[in-house]
Amino acid sequence: MNWFLNMLRTSIGKKLLMALTGLFFSIFLVIHLLGNLTLYGGKDLFLSYVDHLHALGPLIHVAEIGLLTFAAIHVSTGLFLFLQNLQARPIRYTVDKRGGGRTIGSATMPYTGVLIIIFVAIHLSNFHFIDHSRQTVFQAIDATFHMVPYIFFYIAAVIIVAIHVSHGFWSLFQTLGANHPKYMPAIKGIGFIFSLLVAVGFGFIPVYVSFIM
Amino acid sequence: MISKTINLTLKVWRQNRGEKKGRLETYSAKNISVDMSFLEMLDVVNEELTKNKKETIAFDHDCREGICGMCGAVVNGRPHGHEKETTLCQLHMRHFSDGDIIVIEPWRARAFPLIKDLVVDRSALDNIIQAGGFISVNAGGAPDANALPISKEIAEAAFNAAACIGCGACVAACPNASAMLFVSAKVSQFALLPQGRPEAARRARTMVRMMDQCGFGNCSNETECEAECPKGISISNIARLNREFLKAEFS
Ligand code: HEM
Ligand code: SF4
Ligand code: FES
Repeated sequence: MNWFLNMLRTSIGKKLLMALTGLFFSIFLVIHLLGNLTLYGGKDLFLSYVDHLHALGPLIHVAEIGLLTFAAIHVSTGLFLFLQNLQARPIRYTVDKRGGGRTIGSATMPYTGVLIIIFVAIHLSNFHFIDHSRQTVFQAIDATFHMVPYIFFYIAAVIIVAIHVSHGFWSLFQTLGANHPKYMPAIKGIGFIFSLLVAVGFGFIPVYVSFIM
Repeated sequence: MISKTINLTLKVWRQNRGEKKGRLETYSAKNISVDMSFLEMLDVVNEELTKNKKETIAFDHDCREGICGMCGAVVNGRPHGHEKETTLCQLHMRHFSDGDIIVIEPWRARAFPLIKDLVVDRSALDNIIQAGGFISVNAGGAPDANALPISKEIAEAAFNAAACIGCGACVAACPNASAMLFVSAKVSQFALLPQGRPEAARRARTMVRMMDQCGFGNCSNETECEAECPKGISISNIARLNREFLKAEFS
């Protein structure tokens, strides 16, 4: 166990934590998106999906505890790395130009990350920590998405998630050592399409619920 | 033949030995031949300063042909200037225009303490090499050709990694001041070849730990290092370092 903790204390060890938890959240995003797509099938299909999910019982609690633990690891390690990296250059450049490597996603990881955690808190208080005996999840969604400012807020939030994974996805493979000239272009392509799907797939839901449904 | 000349305004970081704070000072560089290298341009400015009994601008250099890794400064926000795969000594003034204002700063990183003006102490890179960037066996005389079969692809990848001249531009370019590109090149050049394999695991572990200890930042895969490296070292070496390190730790 000692060797393991010692390894996690190194820079690559901390990056390993970021990559594994980031991969976990990316998979979670896929499952979450697939589930939410049932909304496009109408209220009944969506509610039956919710029922099926809740029927999993204790498994759901295991998943929730897993998500919470991984979130704690991802956020705390991410912020720790961010602070350490700031300290590694105490005097900044007067003129600082990019050489073409940095992207919007890579340059904003800690900022998009913090915005995501704030969004997740609001998101959970809207749809998760509500009195489920007085309303269905669908009613909560319907009511929330009929507030126009919330639609804008929600779309902005999923775009921020998309920007985070636009760098995060390929980056996690690089961290795990999976950079091969044959496969890296495909991994980058999948990451780009994935972030696009996240933005469009989640982002269109409030528009559909409040204007089309 | 008289070559074209240009006039420039330089804003150079000046900071004396032991001084806590430095500042940008303005100099004019007049009648600079476009055939000169950036360092020769600085030589001209320094001669002018000497004539006027002023302190010359300190900068590192040695080979002036792009192979030793001694030179380097951040020119208008770009390590070794804006030309691709070029060291500062190989950056020619024809890439600048008459009337340009050029801001020249030293490598900025906690792990590279400033000595004077544009000169920084890059001993941290030596410390990393001393921690494992070597082979402990006596290699003896040159082996017979093909006694150790190595495929062309592997030989080329090792050679490309070995092209790193240890200049530190990757650290200067990295938004996190991380030395991962340098360390990955040094780990890769050995890890790829049979002579380097026996010590590969120990090498990856000790060099990464020394890198952390020296106060460099962590890699965020920003890939600015690859974009600025004068020797075109690829970030696929960083992936190899991650593999070598994790393999070593988990076995
Ligand atoms: C939907 C939720 C999230 C997903 C899918 C996600 C995914 C990822 C992935 C895949 C990486 C790349 C890891 C690597 O380079 O090896 C990453 C990095 C990062 N994440 Fe997240 N993340 C999420 C939420 C958050 C949150 C809430 C924070 C809060 C601060 C955060 C902060 C960071 C930071 C700072 C990095 C960069 C670490 C570094 O390379 O130094 N992320 N994320
Ligand atoms: S990897 Fe490139 S930029 Fe970094 S020290 Fe080596 S030659 Fe210089
Ligand atoms: S002086 Fe040797 S590489 Fe520039």
